[in-house]
Amino acid sequence: MNNLTDLEKKINSELGTKINSTKIQHNQIYVEIDKEDLIDVTLFVKTNKDTKFRQLIDITVVDYPEQSQRFKLVYLFLSHEFNQRMILSYNISENEVISSLTSIFPSANWMEREVFDMYGVNFKDHPDLRRILTDYGFEGHPLRKDFPLTGHTEVRYNEDQKKVISEPVKLEQNYRNFDYESPWEGTKYIKDQTENNDKKN
Amino acid sequence: MTKKIKNLNLNFGPQHPAAHGVLRLILELDGEVVEKADPHIGLLHRGTEKLIENKTYMQAVPYFDRLDYVAPMNQEHAFALAIERILKIDVPIRAQFIRVMFCEIGRILSHILNVTTQALDVGALTPSLWGFEERETLMTFYERASGSRLHANYFRAGGVHQDLPAGLENDIGKFCETFPKIINDLENLLTDNRIFKQRNVDIGIVTKEDALDYSFSGVMIRGSGVPWDLRKSQPYDCYDQLEFKIPVGKNGDCYDRYLCRIEEMKESISLIKQCLAKMEKGPIKTFDGKISPPPKKEIKQSMEALIHHFKLFTEGYRVPKDEIYTAVEAPKGEFGVYLISDGSSKPYKCKIRAPGFSHLQSMDYLIKGHMLADVPAVLGSLDIVFGEVDR
Repeated sequence: MNNLTDLEKKINSELGTKINSTKIQHNQIYVEIDKEDLIDVTLFVKTNKDTKFRQLIDITVVDYPEQSQRFKLVYLFLSHEFNQRMILSYNISENEVISSLTSIFPSANWMEREVFDMYGVNFKDHPDLRRILTDYGFEGHPLRKDFPLTGHTEVRYNEDQKKVISEPVKLEQNYRNFDYESPWEGTKYIKDQTENNDKKN
Repeated sequence: MTKKIKNLNLNFGPQHPAAHGVLRLILELDGEVVEKADPHIGLLHRGTEKLIENKTYMQAVPYFDRLDYVAPMNQEHAFALAIERILKIDVPIRAQFIRVMFCEIGRILSHILNVTTQALDVGALTPSLWGFEERETLMTFYERASGSRLHANYFRAGGVHQDLPAGLENDIGKFCETFPKIINDLENLLTDNRIFKQRNVDIGIVTKEDALDYSFSGVMIRGSGVPWDLRKSQPYDCYDQLEFKIPVGKNGDCYDRYLCRIEEMKESISLIKQCLAKMEKGPIKTFDGKISPPPKKEIKQSMEALIHHFKLFTEGYRVPKDEIYTAVEAPKGEFGVYLISDGSSKPYKCKIRAPGFSHLQSMDYLIKGHMLADVPAVLGSLDIVFGEVDR
């Protein structure tokens, strides 16, 4: 459908209880669903003749560590026919496993691998769930908010062993992250924190 | 007597000139026929998205130059648009023309590199020598406007950093007159060249359906006959005031994609000319002191300007809580930024959607059943740059 409000009505009436909320903003439609309905909703919007969201643009996650349902999964769809974009999202908590979209969109393969790599979200029925962007043997999930910007390890070439080795990060200089919201709090220096952690251990 | 033959596993890259950067490709070969391709990416992963979350909006711009480093300003454009749409600020018309003009220059930069290196991959050396000379000229234009040949850091939310220096518009105009001849020369070398056609025609065919399923965009989807261009369908900045055609392929093979790129370069030249003709003197960024820094002269006299300057370069501007996806038609396809702001001066989340990521993903599907020698040809026509694939 070319009109966004018509599209919103259509999605709401056809999918009814599966939709938690919809809104229109920035010329895009935002749809919130439950985790269980992902496959049904995706199949509907892909195949229905009035929606035709034939292309999956991207999958990503937003991390809110303070919430009980920590991760918000976001799926971006595009309909060439009607020139519309849809943003589908749902929340899950940390160790939940969700269904993979690879059977509906082959392109979901790498996108889900990236989500797995960056956030540690697990997918059911994914043909090949491996790390994709980080190094072989990497530990942790870098885009989580509790993963430090400096990382945990650094690599260098060791002349004695004649190979590249990885060691715990050693900072020569502090990364300064000023808190402008309240300047009186001062700066939390990463280096001090890591050194304190070392002392505790 | 029967002999058992085992499939051969071949490690292509990560250091291979035809891998266009740092791609490691594990190929499973049956004789010379590729059975399976497994690209290993991430060798250039720098954690751009994590870094952006820790920088103010203005400090995050240079990271976008380092994604697709052959057309830097196109990426900045997507980020600038995302912030502008959240903040609801208008961009002065001169700034819009400057931005579109430099995006088209970026498109030519990227297409020259791709067309000539594709030719290089299939054995033609001369096109790259001729093409790179033109790229150098274009990069001087980048340098004169922004101070840097590659990592421009030129686009800002609300306009561009500074106005064009005197004489630059003239020189770009002159370039538009001479460049079509270079395209012709390249075409003379390649378009009807027997070897080039043998290596590209009917190689790496993508059907319309598969182009949609594999999230293709840009030349990859247009080469398969889908007339989809974000500059036309979802115009941003002043693209709706300009006239241009969308070249579309027929067979969806490497050769059609090459032809699309050549035609797009010609369209870009016409777009640059239109921008130059329509550009008038005027402001180049928004006047809102809360978003764009005041001119140096004002800082010396006005207290308010001084405070604005100080706040902008320490705290940065704050962006209200919102969520948005903006996409631009980068030379390689749809480049998108999914931005979540939380009211502070740093993005809460900034997901970068790089076209090359989905294109490279389809490598296994594209190359299955082709010969080993076709791997560089297909890879070349995908237009992969690892800065954006690995992020």
